[in-house]
Amino acid sequence: MNMINLLLFPIIIPFFFAMVLLFFKEQVVVQRVVTLIGLALSLVASCWLVATVKVEGIQTVTLGSWPAPFGITMVSDMFSALLVTTTILLTFFIVVYSFKSIGVEREKFFYYPAILFMITGINGAFTTGDIFNMFVFFEVFLIASYLLIVLGGEKRQLRESIKYILVNVISSALFVIAVAYLYSVVGTLSMADIAMKIAEINQPGIISVIAILFLIVFGIKGAIFPLYFWLPGSYAAPPIPVLALFGALLTKVGVYAITRTYTLFFVHDIAFTHQFLLVLSLLTIVAGCIGALAYFDLKQIIIYNIIIAVGVILFGVAQMNTTGMEGAVYYLIHDMLIKAALFVLIGIIIYITGTSNLREMGGLIKTHASLGWFYLIAAFGLAGIPPLSGFLGKLLIIKGGFEADHTVGSIVILASSLIVLLSVIRIFIYAFWGEPTQPLPVTNKGTYRAMMMPAVALVVLTIAYGVGAEWLMPYMSDAANVLTDPSIYIDAVLKE
Amino acid sequence: MELVLSIIIGVLFTAAVYLILSRSLLKVILGTGLLSHGAHLLILTMGGLGGMAPPVLIDGVTDFADPLPQALILTAIVISFGVTAVMLVMAYRMYAVHKTDNMNELRGNDEHD
Repeated sequence: MNMINLLLFPIIIPFFFAMVLLFFKEQVVVQRVVTLIGLALSLVASCWLVATVKVEGIQTVTLGSWPAPFGITMVSDMFSALLVTTTILLTFFIVVYSFKSIGVEREKFFYYPAILFMITGINGAFTTGDIFNMFVFFEVFLIASYLLIVLGGEKRQLRESIKYILVNVISSALFVIAVAYLYSVVGTLSMADIAMKIAEINQPGIISVIAILFLIVFGIKGAIFPLYFWLPGSYAAPPIPVLALFGALLTKVGVYAITRTYTLFFVHDIAFTHQFLLVLSLLTIVAGCIGALAYFDLKQIIIYNIIIAVGVILFGVAQMNTTGMEGAVYYLIHDMLIKAALFVLIGIIIYITGTSNLREMGGLIKTHASLGWFYLIAAFGLAGIPPLSGFLGKLLIIKGGFEADHTVGSIVILASSLIVLLSVIRIFIYAFWGEPTQPLPVTNKGTYRAMMMPAVALVVLTIAYGVGAEWLMPYMSDAANVLTDPSIYIDAVLKE
Repeated sequence: MELVLSIIIGVLFTAAVYLILSRSLLKVILGTGLLSHGAHLLILTMGGLGGMAPPVLIDGVTDFADPLPQALILTAIVISFGVTAVMLVMAYRMYAVHKTDNMNELRGNDEHD
């Protein structure tokens, strides 16, 4: 069967189901069931897409059958197909987690449609092969995220979401400006065509300036140093399931966009652009580490760990060699899964103790042993203790760093692993060891079990991702090959 | 003509930055409006203002306007219109709850919401 539209399914299916859900505002059960069905179908489509890309190489479809550089092309290489699959997979578990934690009031107020619209935008941004279309998909998921962050209308949410919107509106304006400048130089919007045109004119200085402008645009979304200032405050405001979605997905779209543009467009002046990216990524790690150690608030500690991970991934990207790129791809997917797992787990801790302040917790291991052990596994996975999934990604990134003679940077990454470990183990020590400082509030045992299910599933998934690395490596290599050799991408899009 | 437009865009950006840096939330939102106006004009200018004929396929016409920036601006205008509407609604809700539109008083921290 000839399925040229296959790569559109992970975008269209969530979109379709989101629209259907708008008609069933009050029926919570319908909302839940239909959302799960939609996500399951999208997951099947995206797994099918990964399998197809593995066998047949990059999939492209140009909308309206315009020839490639003129129409809007959607391109699915292994990198984007893997990210799309991971996005849908972890959204599925976070939605299951929401059933017991988000509250009926929010469920009745377009919570699930907003999630599905956000998935539409994120998958679109991962898949599109047109730089302006990427802007449009960015706006799609941003507007859905504006709804999610403010949904509930608590005092703190309203205060923080205004800042979140403001930062994103300004960064979107910069995105349009960057695209305009790029268009004035290369006269095209198709990403493959831009890559080819930049290669033809051999990246003059103006293109490097545009490269930095794009880094600023995507850096604001992806929270790199010094543009991460908005993230800790805004992400701490919404309830945990929304925080988990944001932490696992939104910054990663920014990271993806930086990776895509810095491996496809701006590859002719690596000494300047990628050195710049390298230095910023290391500073991001340092800033994240300081934040992760500074707070006694569960949410803030994990939120600052998002920033550290962004730095680690971009360090891998900045190496521009196959090893570093494989590591970056592997670590990016690892980080999406592990952040979802960690946020869900700390959500359960906050539910049980009724506080997110570490100083007011203690002795949970006596009452909630399984939660403690799963948290410990997730924490070890985040820090990168073998054979858990963080290890291999960091190993490859550091190997790539040494191959590219970035010894100091690689050592910084290694040192940051220790700080990451310290920051998450501190949660374990304060929350699970010792004696309870105050009696736990009365909570429902059934709710606790229902919340643990998706958490356990996510942790098991990260373990499988780490242990099954041998089996997954061919996929990572395929993704890294396209990133290190842009001509594969260009040829696939402009084949006619 | 490009030069004139560039100056106008510069003025728009200057005004936008000034407004965005002010304390009143309403002025900040107006600032983002000006910022997106500047960005839209920038697309038009960057596409080049040359070309007298409409971009329609007729034999013998070579000096036609570039249709792509116009399509881009249309999309960008619609998006910024929608986002501004969302932002105004949220700003109003926030004003209703917090009883202030002064950004300085909306700093907040973890200890007291």
